[in-house]
Amino acid sequence: MSALATLLRRDLGLLLPGGRGGAGVLPLLFFLAVAMLYPFAVGPDAQLLARTGGGVIWVAALLAAILPLEKLVSGDLEAGVFDQLALRGVAEEWAMLSRLVAHWLAFAPLLLVATLPAAALLGLSGETTRTVLLGLLAGTPGLAAVGLAVAALTASLRGGAALAGLMVIPLAVPILIFGAGTLARPDPSGLLLTAAISLGLCALAPLAAGAAIKAARES
Amino acid sequence: MQARLAASDLACRRGERLLFRALSFEAASGSAIHIAGANGIGKSSLIRILAGLLRPFAGTVESDGAMGLVDERLALDQNLPLGKALAFYEKLDGCRDPGRALDLLQLRPLMDVPVRYLSTGQKKRAALARLLNRNCPIWLLDEPLNGLDAQAAASMEALVALHCGGGGIAVVASHQSMALPDVKTIDLAEYAA
Repeated sequence: MSALATLLRRDLGLLLPGGRGGAGVLPLLFFLAVAMLYPFAVGPDAQLLARTGGGVIWVAALLAAILPLEKLVSGDLEAGVFDQLALRGVAEEWAMLSRLVAHWLAFAPLLLVATLPAAALLGLSGETTRTVLLGLLAGTPGLAAVGLAVAALTASLRGGAALAGLMVIPLAVPILIFGAGTLARPDPSGLLLTAAISLGLCALAPLAAGAAIKAARES
Repeated sequence: MQARLAASDLACRRGERLLFRALSFEAASGSAIHIAGANGIGKSSLIRILAGLLRPFAGTVESDGAMGLVDERLALDQNLPLGKALAFYEKLDGCRDPGRALDLLQLRPLMDVPVRYLSTGQKKRAALARLLNRNCPIWLLDEPLNGLDAQAAASMEALVALHCGGGGIAVVASHQSMALPDVKTIDLAEYAA
């Protein structure tokens, strides 16, 4: 247990904005840039913006979640950190669980905060903003989980980062459908489904990512 | 420190190639084993099999005692000062006296230097500090002399001798010869398939 706490502290130091190995605030700026560019592209029709803005925020969040994947696993894999952890009895799955928590903490809370200015830029109503925020809160753990599993799978490949981006998109579609779907339905069923998918993905991702790291040793 | 490391009938396959086969040895407390052979013959693979990081194609490895590995990969955070990078492993290993390794390896002046600025030899010493702090009986060293000058190589040999003298086991894979007391040499070329 204390080993996991040590591990989590290192992962957070690595990934949190201002940390040493993460993408920093870049995903955040990217996210805000999309929200800023969208009104320029479709024109200043306030009604149209208010109707489609929630979906745009979701797409921007999904794309922003891809940015930190490049260094999420590959750096430590190359440096042999997972080998050293394995020798100390820390299974790859636990290492990946810690990385998943750190990855989510590093990008999701800031993304939620940045949703407020993004919603203002798109002229969303308070009610819609609340729905988007709750949806993102339910959906971002799933996005983080998919991202981690894909980052681990592609960590030992050349050009893995670009491939990771492409692989995340189809896997994230269910989260997007139900998460953005909450905007169209007044009842909380979409939200609950998004949360359910997120939980399932969070349970599977450390196992898949751990297996990917083990497989990378054999290659 | 009581430890044992035994390999029986090991074979290693990488891709389509069988690197070595029918390799057996046993090491008891205090013994050093030098794995010799040319590049690409499977020394590193053997070390990784012994560490449990690579599955052997055939055969088994039995070990009694914790293992520590030093290979060409440093596994320390490049952007952190050396002291903080080592502190992560000290905490994981529950090391109570990290100062001993620092003094032994003369790393104290480098504690504030980011790992990425260290020279090859300094990095090697840092990896050894990580190993010493682990305080484990079985050492697996993959090409520990790479990039070391004559003096550093001599102190590396002294360190391994000290470890074995204290009842530890050292398995050293190196294409260079190492002066170790009571060392058993395994030439992988004899086991080539």
